[in-house]
Amino acid sequence: MSILVSKSTRVITQGITGNSGLFHSQQCRAYAAECQPGVDVFVGGVTPGKGGTTVDGFPVFNSVREAQEKTGANTSMVFVPPPFCADAILEAADAGMELIVVITEGIPVMDMLRVKRGMAGSKSRLIGPNCPGVITPGIAKIGIMPGYIHKPGTIGIISKSGTLTYEAAWQLGRVELGQSTAVGIGGDPINGTNYIELLEMFQNDPGTEGILVIGEIGGSAEQLAAEYIKSYVTKPVAGFIAGQTAPPGKRMGHAGAIISGGGGGAAEKMAALRAAGVIVSDSPGGMGDAMKKAMQKA
Amino acid sequence: MKIHEYQAKQLFKAAGVPVPQGIVVKSAEEAAAAFTTLGGPIAVVKSQIHAGGRGKGTFKEHPAQRGVVLVKSAAEAAENAARMLGSTLVTIQTGDDGKQVNTLFVEQGLKIARELYLGIVVDREVGGPVLIMSSEGGMDIEEVAKHSPEKIVAEPFDAVAGLYPYQARKMAYALGFDAVGVRNAEKFLPQICKFFVAYDCSMVEINPLILTEDSQLLALDGKVTFDDNALFRHKDVVALRDLSEEDPAEVRAADTGLSYVKLNGNIGCLVNGAGLAMSTMDLIKLHGGEPANFLDVGGGANEDQVTEAFRIILADKNVKAVLVNIFGGIMKCDIIVSALLNAYEKVGFNVPLVVRLEGTNVEIAREMLKASGRDIISATDLTDAAQKVVKSLGA
Repeated sequence: MSILVSKSTRVITQGITGNSGLFHSQQCRAYAAECQPGVDVFVGGVTPGKGGTTVDGFPVFNSVREAQEKTGANTSMVFVPPPFCADAILEAADAGMELIVVITEGIPVMDMLRVKRGMAGSKSRLIGPNCPGVITPGIAKIGIMPGYIHKPGTIGIISKSGTLTYEAAWQLGRVELGQSTAVGIGGDPINGTNYIELLEMFQNDPGTEGILVIGEIGGSAEQLAAEYIKSYVTKPVAGFIAGQTAPPGKRMGHAGAIISGGGGGAAEKMAALRAAGVIVSDSPGGMGDAMKKAMQKA
Repeated sequence: MKIHEYQAKQLFKAAGVPVPQGIVVKSAEEAAAAFTTLGGPIAVVKSQIHAGGRGKGTFKEHPAQRGVVLVKSAAEAAENAARMLGSTLVTIQTGDDGKQVNTLFVEQGLKIARELYLGIVVDREVGGPVLIMSSEGGMDIEEVAKHSPEKIVAEPFDAVAGLYPYQARKMAYALGFDAVGVRNAEKFLPQICKFFVAYDCSMVEINPLILTEDSQLLALDGKVTFDDNALFRHKDVVALRDLSEEDPAEVRAADTGLSYVKLNGNIGCLVNGAGLAMSTMDLIKLHGGEPANFLDVGGGANEDQVTEAFRIILADKNVKAVLVNIFGGIMKCDIIVSALLNAYEKVGFNVPLVVRLEGTNVEIAREMLKASGRDIISATDLTDAAQKVVKSLGA
């Protein structure tokens, strides 16, 4: 079992005719073909104005609705450039995509606020933006993570960061822990799905036995996650927070990674998680060990 | 991106947000003329630097001179301006080096009845912008929040619909405005909220916002930070950028498409991905070292960008060792190594270099490193890398 990505997942790529859109669609298709031989998981793409053409075997459609009708896709992976990305997300939601995974980095905050408002009441689930995507090892990956570092298993990963998630998956591999699903929620201040919703999904997923939460400085999503864990999560949880040495007021790469007004620092987030019974690693080199420790303790 | 007070006020004014009359000057003569034009009897001469705390700040060259002064004559305006222009203002936010003042803003003096605080930010948990006000004008909002939170009123508003008049009245009544003040707040507050959204701001701060004796609301200060991701649709804002207010290495990195933040340590870091870059800094510190910078080459950097990244790191004289930590996803390890070897040729490394690689094309990359015959210390994992780079400093 897993969350978000299963054997019934069928994906189209919005922005498939762009360089990274095409490259990653090919990578995702290859990974899915290895996991589910003979099944087409990545079924096409959308670029307005280029409908009717094909790129490397992917049929291209003018609109998400058309792509959905012709391919039966239920999921969209979005690579549309920042100025047009909010519109693309809303189009995907309007076409009834169950899952919308937005990889694009650099969407203006105001655009994301409009997206959140536009999606209020919608049945679509938004992951990202500015995230590596979602992978259920052995089934499919929707995003830009290298497939081979993720092994099938029972740990759910929730992370704000891309490469740090790869690092975590790799460390889990070294202590022989695979993943049920790994989800990148993105490093932007306003995003779709947050820790709490994913914690709930992993808690309810019979295929997940432990959860690794990877956070970073900025905002208070990790503190809210800690409160939720304390009250509702019975599975073992390990964690790590990046940015213990970040100076206040400086944006550390991610738009959301900034300590401001005396809030959002790493120490308070780590303390909140520890108070909720989470095994928190001080070192980014110790994420795998922390998870193993949490599993043994349970 | 940040702008100066006088620039913020020009944008406020154009957006229908009331500001005092003011004139930008760059010389003592202009300061005197500005005083005369504004008509007296008093005016305020204000240093224009991005850092806050200007009123309490003093100049290195003239320790008795404050960064913001009240003047009563054209001559006094000129005397103060002469001391301020070209001198270095040190405030609690500039650090010990201070900041050279090249521009002054001369503003009309007003009969102030009350000083208030106004701020607008995007609240991540609310998922939208929030207007924050307090009766403690001139005070740091963080301080007020800590010591007298009951003096703060906050009102989330819809980014699309803006702040409704009833919300403005709610704030005004809570702050004890009189009838005229409430009517003015009904105009002022929705207007500044509209400005926040229209200009893609990440923060607007007016501290103090003043209520004059005749209950007019005016922005006596203006601090605006823009969302860098939205600058593509605000060419007028980009034109206001003052590069002399920014760190040259950070500007150079941004121009190359890299994320770089200078820090005070001596171990240079080159990492892909913001989260991993932050973690690498943390790791160095955990093992007794001090990072010299945060540098994220991003997911799709090419060889030229990576070479430039090495140049920026090595240009920092404090750097005594370099740690490269790459977990290749989109970024292929062999691209990093080929840039690294290129930098070795072109830039020259005279400090120890520790490299930790994992991910896409790692085998090819490791072979390339070995074949180059360069004096590069390779590390197997994060902890190993941090230990080796800290140790290399002692060697």
